[in-house]
Amino acid sequence: MTTLDTRPPTPHEAMPLPENPASAPDALRVDSVTKTFTGGVRALDDVGLAARPGQVVGLLGHNGAGKTTLVRLVSGLLTPTSGTVSVLGFDPVRDGVEVRRRIGVLPSSQLLDNRLSGRENLRFAGRLFGVDPARLDERVDSLLDEFGMLARADDRVSTYSAGMRQRTALARVLLSRPELLLLDEPSSALDPVAIRELHELIRRKSREERIAVVICTHDLAEAADLCDEVLILSQGRVIASGSPQELAARVDVPTAVELECEAADTDAALAVMAGFTDAERVSEGTFRLDGVARSSVPELVGSLVGAGVRLYTVRTAQATLEDLYLRLHAGDDHGDRTDRNSEAK
Amino acid sequence: MNRNAVRAIAARDLATVRRNLGVLVPMLIVPVALVAMLSLATFLAARTTMDLGPLTGLLDLTGSADGGTEHSPGVRLAIALATYVGPPLLIIVSLLTASVMATDSVAGERERGTIEGLLLTPVSDRDILMGKLVGALVPALVLGLASQLVYAAVAVAAIAPVTGSPPLPTLPWAMTVLWFGPAFTTAALGLTVFVSARARTVQAAHQVSGVGVIPLVALVVGQATGLFLLYWWVGLLLGALFWAAAYAMVRMGGRVLQRENQIATLV
Repeated sequence: MTTLDTRPPTPHEAMPLPENPASAPDALRVDSVTKTFTGGVRALDDVGLAARPGQVVGLLGHNGAGKTTLVRLVSGLLTPTSGTVSVLGFDPVRDGVEVRRRIGVLPSSQLLDNRLSGRENLRFAGRLFGVDPARLDERVDSLLDEFGMLARADDRVSTYSAGMRQRTALARVLLSRPELLLLDEPSSALDPVAIRELHELIRRKSREERIAVVICTHDLAEAADLCDEVLILSQGRVIASGSPQELAARVDVPTAVELECEAADTDAALAVMAGFTDAERVSEGTFRLDGVARSSVPELVGSLVGAGVRLYTVRTAQATLEDLYLRLHAGDDHGDRTDRNSEAK
Repeated sequence: MNRNAVRAIAARDLATVRRNLGVLVPMLIVPVALVAMLSLATFLAARTTMDLGPLTGLLDLTGSADGGTEHSPGVRLAIALATYVGPPLLIIVSLLTASVMATDSVAGERERGTIEGLLLTPVSDRDILMGKLVGALVPALVLGLASQLVYAAVAVAAIAPVTGSPPLPTLPWAMTVLWFGPAFTTAALGLTVFVSARARTVQAAHQVSGVGVIPLVALVVGQATGLFLLYWWVGLLLGALFWAAAYAMVRMGGRVLQRENQIATLV
């Protein structure tokens, strides 16, 4: 049977918020945050998360799950109805300007002004973020070069492809050397090569520069590849959290089992396996069973050994984050969530 | 106040207008055309010998403009145009011209989907609104003052040879152009930026902001009919009133933008 921990994460419930920003161990802490919009629509319900410097935390969920609302709360654009948010030791509501100076946010909406060139967009942002004017041009060119946009730097953004816009927007986000990165669907519109480069960049920023990264994504492979910790949101609640490996291990999804036994024991093995699921005979003494619950594998092996089958190899496919995600959302009505999200806005 | 951020926002808005001929050309054409028409009317009036009886209201203005009624009706009409009618009209035009930018200031950012990017910067709500106001105010004041000075120069050139003395500057004229006009423009554009921050769309902002021009239209009509004259002390008083209104709007600016409200409107 599926046994999922559906409690919201509570690793920091007992930890008081630090008074002194310098002593803050977490770059980001969200404690029991609820956000209810006008009209009573609850976009977030008792959500908690933490991100340490150098850690990549993924927020997974359908449209309307509350990912963007959470990013906006952390950025100080929205005020939580209840609960607390601490960004680098600051309260985003009370110290919004200071918080936004220290973080970099790639929103789901458009970050760049289409009427300006890529270089003008970055210079404009640099002035608003207080980048040293004497070094601004150098910094802008360096970032545009890093993201492969230097050759098109003076063209208007309206002439860019979607991928070029996303790369320029990422350059803009990094302009102010943020200590916390909030990336809302960063790989949307990027081609596979650009996605690989983006992942490399995120890893570099988190590991080498010790930047905390929170990434909202639909892409399960991206979350599994990048994130140290993943929170799965559904209808404003955290329904599962942990490392991608922990989460995958916690789900009892049907999996594939490959067995190799002594060829002479084939008939005995088939007789035992018939009690579990249909087995496909790959070759003499080699079988593949699809749709076996992970929790049933020890029983299967025990039954085979008990029947005198000489087993040489038992190989099970590892459950993936995708398996978990699909399992968690199996009963969801996607349309309801979309409507709910529109209403919230 | 974060002056660097205010300047950056204003400069960005001005740059986008400068490179958009569809916006820039109409902004320049209307003041230029009005200055040309007023100049021509003033020039012709100063030289006409026609009986201008029906324009008694206008002619009466010259009494307060130059202290005498010894000139011909045509010259008196030209003086009235140069002193009382032209300046408020030019304030209206510069205001309407800049209101295109003011109505677009926040509502336009929302329509283009760039408002969140702006709100994510470490700039206070008040400074964002100040940047937007300055961006609209600079062209309004520059265009307004330039058109006033050009028209005044033409009026002096048209009237002085006939009367033997320049009709401008006079105290009411100076009060209108240098005190009342900037004050009214600042207050009206401030109101327009506020409306833009609250309106759902640019179009809605434009509809509401048009109301701000009504007092000026009333002033022009009042003066043209002799119903209401902008004596220097009236200009001083009204100017002070509008500067106070503009100051109050700047003080309460942050409460108008409200990041949460802006975000709530995003789709």
